[in-house]
Amino acid sequence: MKPLLPRLWQSLLRPLDPHLLALLGLLSLMGLITLYSAIDQSLTRWSAQLVNFSAALLCLWVVAQIPLARIARLAVPLYLLGVLLLIAVAINGEVVNGARRWLHIGVTRIQPSELVKLATPMMIAWYLNRHQEHLRGRHFVAGFVLLAIPLGLVLRQPDLGTALLIGASGFYVLFLAGLRYRVVVILLLLGLASLPVLWSAMHDYQRKRVLTLLDPTEDPLGAGYHTIQAMIAVGSGGLTGKGWTNGTQSHLDFLPERHTDFIFAVFAEEFGMLGAAVMIGLIIAVVLRGLRIASNSNGLFPRLMAGSLSLSFFTYAAVNIGMVIGVLPVVGVPLPLISYGGTSLVTMGLGFGILMSIHRHRGMLASP
Amino acid sequence: MRLTTHHEISSDREYQVRLQVAGVFIVVVFVLLLGRLLVLQTLQYDYYHTLAESNRISLVPSQPNRGLIIDRNGIVLAENRAVYTLEVYPKEVADLRATLEDLAGVIELSDSDRRRFAKRLRESPKFDSIPVKAFLSDAEVARFSANKFRFKGIELTTHLFRSYPMGSVAAHVLGHVGRISPQDKVLLESRGQAVAYQGIESIGKDGIEKTYESDLKGLAGYAQVETDAAGRGMRTISRRASIPGNTVRLAIDIRLQQIGENAFAGRRGAAVAIEPATGDVLALVSQPSFDPNAFVDGIDPRLWRELNQSPDKPLTNRPLRGAYPPGSTIKPFMALAALETGVRSPDKVIRDPGFFTLPGQSHQYRCWKPEGHGAVDLHRSVVISCDTYYYGLATELGIERMHDFLERFNFGRASGIDIEGERSGLNPNDAWKRARFKEKWYTGDTVSAGIGQGYVLATPMQLAYAAAVMANRGTAFRPHLAKEIVDLQSGKKRRIEPKPAYQTHFSEDGLDRVRAAMVDVTLPGGTAAQAAAGAPYRIAGKTGTAQVIAIKQGQKYRESEIDERHRDHAWFIAFAPAEDPKIAIAILVENGGHGGSAAAPIARAMMDWWILGKAPGETVAQAGGSGR
Repeated sequence: MKPLLPRLWQSLLRPLDPHLLALLGLLSLMGLITLYSAIDQSLTRWSAQLVNFSAALLCLWVVAQIPLARIARLAVPLYLLGVLLLIAVAINGEVVNGARRWLHIGVTRIQPSELVKLATPMMIAWYLNRHQEHLRGRHFVAGFVLLAIPLGLVLRQPDLGTALLIGASGFYVLFLAGLRYRVVVILLLLGLASLPVLWSAMHDYQRKRVLTLLDPTEDPLGAGYHTIQAMIAVGSGGLTGKGWTNGTQSHLDFLPERHTDFIFAVFAEEFGMLGAAVMIGLIIAVVLRGLRIASNSNGLFPRLMAGSLSLSFFTYAAVNIGMVIGVLPVVGVPLPLISYGGTSLVTMGLGFGILMSIHRHRGMLASP
Repeated sequence: MRLTTHHEISSDREYQVRLQVAGVFIVVVFVLLLGRLLVLQTLQYDYYHTLAESNRISLVPSQPNRGLIIDRNGIVLAENRAVYTLEVYPKEVADLRATLEDLAGVIELSDSDRRRFAKRLRESPKFDSIPVKAFLSDAEVARFSANKFRFKGIELTTHLFRSYPMGSVAAHVLGHVGRISPQDKVLLESRGQAVAYQGIESIGKDGIEKTYESDLKGLAGYAQVETDAAGRGMRTISRRASIPGNTVRLAIDIRLQQIGENAFAGRRGAAVAIEPATGDVLALVSQPSFDPNAFVDGIDPRLWRELNQSPDKPLTNRPLRGAYPPGSTIKPFMALAALETGVRSPDKVIRDPGFFTLPGQSHQYRCWKPEGHGAVDLHRSVVISCDTYYYGLATELGIERMHDFLERFNFGRASGIDIEGERSGLNPNDAWKRARFKEKWYTGDTVSAGIGQGYVLATPMQLAYAAAVMANRGTAFRPHLAKEIVDLQSGKKRRIEPKPAYQTHFSEDGLDRVRAAMVDVTLPGGTAAQAAAGAPYRIAGKTGTAQVIAIKQGQKYRESEIDERHRDHAWFIAFAPAEDPKIAIAILVENGGHGGSAAAPIARAMMDWWILGKAPGETVAQAGGSGR
């Protein structure tokens, strides 16, 4: 008989995939270390982030316990709730920094687009799963409609970053379900062709961000400020970095949003190219492990969900890093597990919880 | 529902292939990102290194001019001064202590400067510059500049500092600004306003400065500056001008405010003057006061302790935060309650033997006049302030009716004035007492409440507001300090419209009777006759005293025998001219003794200024001064 503590520990960990858990833990640790520097060693906010992490971990663990069939049953209600809340935001949302994203409910306020990030791919996966015996073109069309509704509402807020993430997560589901390559290519071409249309529909500040990307020095005090300062931070980090808490860009107030969207710049400035390579390596490892879980899973719904969740994590990270190093416009996407903030962490926790649940219940055939 | 199916091999293979496609895609994207990083961090390292290290091109924020605060006539109450400041970059100084000693040989460094510096050094992130001395004189600037080579890591900069040219006058109204503290920063970030504060160093901490922060703050500008390798020869490449904050014009008449403050002559207390027809707060006096200039650059911790621990409590905003028993000033409102509810007719005469007893009880509730007032009707009860009349009236009304009626004059509720920290006072009733003390309401409680003692508490603001509502015949305008916001850029003015807070209906006859009695209070035979003597306009007023300590049964209150801080508080409320009120006032003198002699003369001096334009010392006002 083993002593109590290790047994307890084991029973807590058993449902979780140890590889994925270890990778997430390492990334989170890097996040906490970087954050400590980014918030000028303020212990209050640092411990607030620790609380956020605990909440996210709890979410992950709880969701991991739930059989996937139960989770799947939530797809429709969650999706409907998300869309309803988005409509409520459009009608009665609070405007912060020119965008209508927040909804007041009683004492607190929520950002329904976070819920939609998870609910949309779930809904599409659920729908395709229902019709898996005879998947036809029209089912994919319906899938696109299910994707377009929340996407349109989020675009209207406007929240380009979140819209991009929702669009990607839904697209991954459709792609993994067997959307023809021909259609994928056509969609990409259509997307390129619609750029001028999109351009005319953009808000001024969004256009500015795109122009800035093409030439940040055009408007160094305005829209280009974020990008220039972030690139200086990253570039001046060099191969080995300036050392933890010694980033001049980060600590002389040059770098805006340095504990949230631009935290990667702090990391790259202080830990250099080598540190950045390690972090990106870890992110790749997380995504590949997620895809492995997807590959080992049984059944269409788990497969689509596992694939979409892993690829979404990749998208979050790639969009954020791309934005910080000046290859994508500034769209306001946090770096998962690294940026400060509870909401995105909890969303991550829920997502990885589903992935863990898929892993745990991979062998089981859900009964009707 | 079915989650799994017996997939055909082909479908499973197709899925695996797609996963592999995705995997390859991911790796390719990340390799591209890594490639970009490689370019930035190795190939272009030198370029970015130069940019970051020597800050060859840096963005220098330029402070905006904080908006002015002016009184209703345009007299400046808060402005900005350009000040030379010495700032230390601790990271660049090898031996901080020795450097400071060295510096003390060139400019004067007081103990207070050193203490503040030490405090900031502890609180600041290590890359920040820390001001070591502000308000440098021209001579000091010259001496430092000549010796600058000795002080690496110390820079001379100019800053805009908030300045309150009138010093302690109206300090509680204006509040003050202070440096943005780490806590402020967290708060601003949580509200998403951190970017708007880049380049801004101070923030409104109290009073008007805090309430109208978003109007006053302005927007910082930026200059893109190029420097040579030695850090000299700055060349500005481009700039965006800062945008000054909006001017806030107050309803306060600063002369009236000064006259009120001076009339306290060192005594503690509060005065509030309101224009009944608009709710304009014309004066808001809190004595003693303090100099807000001491807070602007971070207050010396020792001075802070002194202000905080002084028994005179100069930092307390008495008119809003001081809750005192209203004493006899509650009587006009009680008299109106008697008429409005029909509990007592105006002609009903009671006999005052000098005390009141409840049926079946021996406890004597004494009138302030031991021998009694004899026959008293409603009119006379106000004029001579007969307590016995109101003891009886209160029991006849009962506490609930009394509570509900007083609520119509805003007792027990904050007025909603536009600065923080107002207390609501206390308009007690049975439900309140049960909630607060878990005890039922006794008739004896009602008796004391009838003369504004016992549990009843009111702030000077509330009494001024109540007087204004009386003066305005039941229409209440929310008291407000700011009158207008002026945008300097566009010249646009945003008026803060007087808006009726609520309306309450009284019979004309009842109002006229109570107001007539209040006028007689200030005429010969009334309790405030002396202070009002010789005024060319008619004043409706009411005196009051609020007990600080209880006097035992059968014992006499002798002012001379009681410690100064245990003496009664003196009250006076008034509005004038009585026929067409232009000003409603409440005065409280802490431990001042009698309302008629201590408080009323202050009101007289203020009314003389507002109605006649005569300052104390000029002929008319002297009559007011002689009342003391």
